[in-house]
Amino acid sequence: MEKFSYINATSLEQVTSLLSESAWGEVMLIAGGTDLLAELKEYIETPKTLVNLKTLPGMDSITADASGLKIGALATVADIARHSTIQHHYTVLAQAAASVATPQIRNVGTIGGNLCQRPRCWYYRDETINCLKKGGDTCYAVDGLSKYHAILGGDPVYIVHPSDLAPALIALGASVKIVGPEGEKTMSLEEFFTLPATNPFRENVLEPNEIVVEVTVPAAKANTKSFYLKAREKGAPDFALSSVAGVFEMDGQTCKTASIVLGGVAPAPWRSKEAEAALTGKMIDESVSTQAGADAVKDAQPLNDNAYKVTLTQNLISRAAMMAAS
Amino acid sequence: MASWGEASESRLIGKRITRLSGKDKVTGKAKYTFDINRPGMLYGRILRSDVAHATVMGIDMSEAEALPGVKAVIPLIEIGNKLRYQGQEIAAVAAETDDIAKDAIRLIHVDLEELPHVVTEADAMADGAPQIRDDWASNQSEPNIREDGNLEAGFAEAAVEVEATYHTAVQTHVCLETHGHVAEWEDEQNLTVWASTQGVFGVRNDFAQHFELPANQVRVITEHMGGGFGSKFSPGVEGHAAAELSRISGKAVKLMLTRKAEHLVAGNRPSMTQHVRAGATRDGRLIAYDMKGHGTGGISSGAGFQAPYVYHVPNLRTEKVNVATNAGNQRAMRAPGHPQASFAMDSLMDELAEKLGMNPLEFRRINDANEVRQAQYTLGAQEIGWHRRNSVAGSGTGVKKRGMGLGSGLWGGGGGRGTEARVTINSDGTVEAVTGTQDIGTGVRTVIAIIVAEELGLAPTDIMVTVGDSQPGLPSGGSGGSQTTPSVAPVIKTAAAAAKQKLFERIAPLLDAPVGDLRVGTGTIYVVSDRTKTITWQQAAGQLGMESISEGGQWDEELRQNGAAGTQFAEVEVDTETGALKVIKIVAVQDCGLAINRLTTESQINGGVIMGLGQAILEERFMDPYTGRMLNANLEDYKVPGTFEIPEIKSIVFDTHRKVTGVGEPPCIPTPGAIANAVYNAIGVRIRELPITSDKILTALVEKKA
Repeated sequence: MEKFSYINATSLEQVTSLLSESAWGEVMLIAGGTDLLAELKEYIETPKTLVNLKTLPGMDSITADASGLKIGALATVADIARHSTIQHHYTVLAQAAASVATPQIRNVGTIGGNLCQRPRCWYYRDETINCLKKGGDTCYAVDGLSKYHAILGGDPVYIVHPSDLAPALIALGASVKIVGPEGEKTMSLEEFFTLPATNPFRENVLEPNEIVVEVTVPAAKANTKSFYLKAREKGAPDFALSSVAGVFEMDGQTCKTASIVLGGVAPAPWRSKEAEAALTGKMIDESVSTQAGADAVKDAQPLNDNAYKVTLTQNLISRAAMMAAS
Repeated sequence: MASWGEASESRLIGKRITRLSGKDKVTGKAKYTFDINRPGMLYGRILRSDVAHATVMGIDMSEAEALPGVKAVIPLIEIGNKLRYQGQEIAAVAAETDDIAKDAIRLIHVDLEELPHVVTEADAMADGAPQIRDDWASNQSEPNIREDGNLEAGFAEAAVEVEATYHTAVQTHVCLETHGHVAEWEDEQNLTVWASTQGVFGVRNDFAQHFELPANQVRVITEHMGGGFGSKFSPGVEGHAAAELSRISGKAVKLMLTRKAEHLVAGNRPSMTQHVRAGATRDGRLIAYDMKGHGTGGISSGAGFQAPYVYHVPNLRTEKVNVATNAGNQRAMRAPGHPQASFAMDSLMDELAEKLGMNPLEFRRINDANEVRQAQYTLGAQEIGWHRRNSVAGSGTGVKKRGMGLGSGLWGGGGGRGTEARVTINSDGTVEAVTGTQDIGTGVRTVIAIIVAEELGLAPTDIMVTVGDSQPGLPSGGSGGSQTTPSVAPVIKTAAAAAKQKLFERIAPLLDAPVGDLRVGTGTIYVVSDRTKTITWQQAAGQLGMESISEGGQWDEELRQNGAAGTQFAEVEVDTETGALKVIKIVAVQDCGLAINRLTTESQINGGVIMGLGQAILEERFMDPYTGRMLNANLEDYKVPGTFEIPEIKSIVFDTHRKVTGVGEPPCIPTPGAIANAVYNAIGVRIRELPITSDKILTALVEKKA
């Protein structure tokens, strides 16, 4: 990696002012570092300054009350996975957290970092390949090897968003609190992520001088069942080939509302309004769940090597729906 | 005639004995090459080619040389020469810290003229492909053709035929300890190298030749080694570079490969493609076999495999070529050629058996002349519960379907001449055993201790074993071909026996008995004709005074045997909605002759099965045709089995005779074929390509439905 200076953060004001004083990528934020360190070592990023966020007080707490969850950006993935309220009432989130990487990585990786992590695409991660996401003019996955790439929303960059927590949180209706030089703002997590058609270089709407500080999740509704189903080639560690975060408000076998968000298949966590519509208000049986899966992938545009993801995603959605009804 | 004696007479040999270095390894006390640090040592790094094919027009090392802390910079390729694969060496540096060395190689500026590359077999074999080897007429070697019997007559006799194409991916060795060395010159004429190698003496001789030194002025040390699997027999460019950087700088230099370089340049198992047409008679005899196949070992040749494999076919024609690609050289990898061959042949066997309506186990019984494997079929089938297998493939109900399959293998492992060893008994009762072999993780250090301890009536922990050092001047061969234990064991045994004989001669007068009446007990020596005459080992050794006994050993043909048949049965479960494949159980029945240490023999079988599992379900090198890069030169996307993938493994040490046979390699051979056949039995769809990943299973299930 290139040399950089290292500053321990003392306040959010200091962090945003440091970010404001520099160009994109010159000052970068580090918390768990499980993604950033690899990017530095591979020369994908070459910041001049790293700001250590772990010295900011009080940003790692998880509070659960009647209004829902408040999760500080520095809370670790492991903290989320083992939080008993999350396990019982926000199951999809606990399952997603438990599916991340390995115990070592979960112990240091934070929710903020998990949401802001960069793509795993093998072209992007090769320093010597100047792909579209890095400012070049080609997304190599289009004609190249695309087994792990996007089937939905790809154009013009066919990366997939690697986060497991994001689909779960979006399915739970989470919001994200962002602090910038002008103060703080809150937006839905769904709107936080962007597609490459909007910005091929980034995966979210953060401005260069902004930082994610907290994630809030509304209180779980009664009679809700939720699941995170993650298909991967290897038990651990492995990123999702496809994943489904499903939150179902049930009345017996009947689905009152459904939130279905996909991971591993699009450059951003992918809310499937089609699957949700196919399930909402329906008595879930095999034909309804199969239809929901089929509707979710009807606009999928697979590349050379990833047509299997269409079937896989369809089947995972059907499976999640059937689990909700059982 | 020398023999290992009866099992009932053995106190240690054939028992399950914990490896002597186990505690050192789990506590981190064991020193691998990576752990060696010398006073004032420098760190070496290599600048490698990013591109797959180019001519080197210039190398400017001046900026690197000027970087503070850099002590030596050397070019590793001449101007005007071609780089022929990603990762090929361009230059090397040595610096005071590893960080400085990393920075320094990025300051070397290389002027390249890029050439068109071919990194996949399809591209290399296409019409108009750029030719990448000057010494071949095309990107394909001259075909190797074999004919036997009368193919046409064979097919005329066939009642059923199968025509299919089988393919296996290029696999890399993934040594946990990457290749590398620490080199240190004592003076201009004496070089010491700590090497992560499978062949201490081969590496010594290579360095001696490279630097024009007398062989005995190069010392090579490999105390512990973190995996080689056939890829670590020579110093390679990186070894020579480490020693050259050390020579120039006058300091010790440590140069270990990065994980990326390990994938790119440190060897691989070639791919295999077989187009086969084969026939069998109504009564289940293989009768005709026509195969055209190829594989790529990168820029080198060596993509060989046996076809047909294990089972006899009287009428055949086979044609094999090597395909050159702009990728790193293949190297021997655990049973080179065999797992590929076994996967294709055992898949074919099942396809033929199904057409005949015959149980695949019965079909093999008819066509397998190997008596050992015939017995193994019975044992393995019992152990896995073969009767539970789906009689109709894919007939199980539910989303998750189970199936069973089997595969077979054959290996040599008979060892050979070329080992010298010395067993020394000192007057304080201590015993030393020294030989120039190396313990590459297989446990030969413990095997040596067991043999000596058995012979002398002591415990394995009483024996001080020295291996992995060329300085005592007791050569042994490289650890390849599953040859280490069968090569070393006879020499150690005869050395220990000779030392014991000498000791008996010294103490016979004391015990007032003929030498021939003396025997070892447990820590004692006694007279067989008068058991009241006994002394302790300490007392006996004490008679030696200032003169230790030190005896060499001899090769003894009668103490080892060549030939290790094996068969494996797999049970798998396939999730038909996700394509996820879970291997539930592998039963590995492995012919191994006399297992000197049953525990480490079982460990070797376990390890082989896990490696075969990796090839079967996960491992694949991905080469990008456009950029010429390997896209998964890491351990994230080059996936090796982890704890979640490893099934219950029943390792059956099938010891039918009392002669030593090496089994380092053969347990990885039958695994992929057994798993592939089990997948077919589970879902009724055949995957003819390794690795059998979920995308392939799901795609095949969709095609079947359609």
